Amino acid sequence: MAEFRLPKNSRMVTGKTWPKPEGATNVRKFQIYRWNEEDGKNPQVDTYFVDLDTCGPMVLDALIKIKTDIDPTLAFRRSCREGICGSCAMNIDGINTLACIYGMDEIKGDVKIYPLPHMPVVRDLIPDLTHFYAQHASIMPWLETKTNRPAKEWKQSIADRKKLDGLYECVMCASCSTSCPSYWWNGDKYLGPAALLHAYRWIIDSRDEATGERLDELDDPFKLYRCHTIMNCAKTCPKGLNPAKAIAEIKQLLVERAA
Amino acid sequence: MSFLTDRKRANGLGSSKSGTAHHWQMMIGSTALILLVPLFVYVFGSAIGLGYDDAIAHFAKPFNAIITGLTITVGMIHFRHGVQIMLEDYVHGHTRTYLIAGAACLSYGLIAVALFALARIAL
Repeated sequence: MAEFRLPKNSRMVTGKTWPKPEGATNVRKFQIYRWNEEDGKNPQVDTYFVDLDTCGPMVLDALIKIKTDIDPTLAFRRSCREGICGSCAMNIDGINTLACIYGMDEIKGDVKIYPLPHMPVVRDLIPDLTHFYAQHASIMPWLETKTNRPAKEWKQSIADRKKLDGLYECVMCASCSTSCPSYWWNGDKYLGPAALLHAYRWIIDSRDEATGERLDELDDPFKLYRCHTIMNCAKTCPKGLNPAKAIAEIKQLLVERAA
Repeated sequence: MSFLTDRKRANGLGSSKSGTAHHWQMMIGSTALILLVPLFVYVFGSAIGLGYDDAIAHFAKPFNAIITGLTITVGMIHFRHGVQIMLEDYVHGHTRTYLIAGAACLSYGLIAVALFALARIAL
């Protein structure tokens, strides 16, 4: 049955409050989730104060500043710092988003940062995305063809290429899947919005010749039909994509095929 | 300790190739109920305040009996499909199987009782 309370060893406690930077006048308070498997303690929320006059405008800038100047033990993923790699996805101010493109000016009050919800935590703000990536691999995110490879390239009309807009831009940050209640309850079987958006990207690709096999694989009460159009995915996507629409399109194709 | 690969875990038992029929039945049921529920409300509402004999005569009329029978049948089948979705969401393991079977028995049982009662009134 569904569990409504966190297990005892997962309940959060108040953590350490780090001192305010000396002489700073423009200070922002950060409350950040901390957990380290090695120390055996419960997760805690540490409080940091960042001098905004010496810090960039994005949440990731503040995190890097905290790690560099205040607490080098704080762990988080980051790479491109411009919304392309999807590494720095985390829950900021209650929203799953990319820290690198989320401005601190968009947040009222203290900045509260947690790892992506309902995923096993490796450490601090780093979730374990192993299963998420395996689910992505399971939808065969590559071009499947049976026709002999053309001498030059697989051709595609401009109109067919346009169908991939709003799909190919996904950076697999997992913000959508980890905001989806259906994925929280049945993440072991339900593919989640990100993997399904990618599945649709290959189903709708005019060059792909495995459309039927792809639809066969998705025709399942758990892999696809756990989506109840809650729309959290579309609301939270930091790239402005709409995975719920892609899922609805897959359902429509399956109905067209069956009915 | 399990040595399953991540990919094997993600693939699970593969696709059951059965979800679309359930989804389609839910869509058909919802559409049918959009039409049936207002008609049933009208039929049922017209019977409010009638005496026993008049109420029996009201539901014995072909249109009223058919609308009542259809609403209860389609409604309970839709209920059974909806409950199955809810149970699949929140209940795991064998409990889920038993509860889904229970919901089906309840739904079809209620359909049978309702249709039997209507038949006795109308025929």
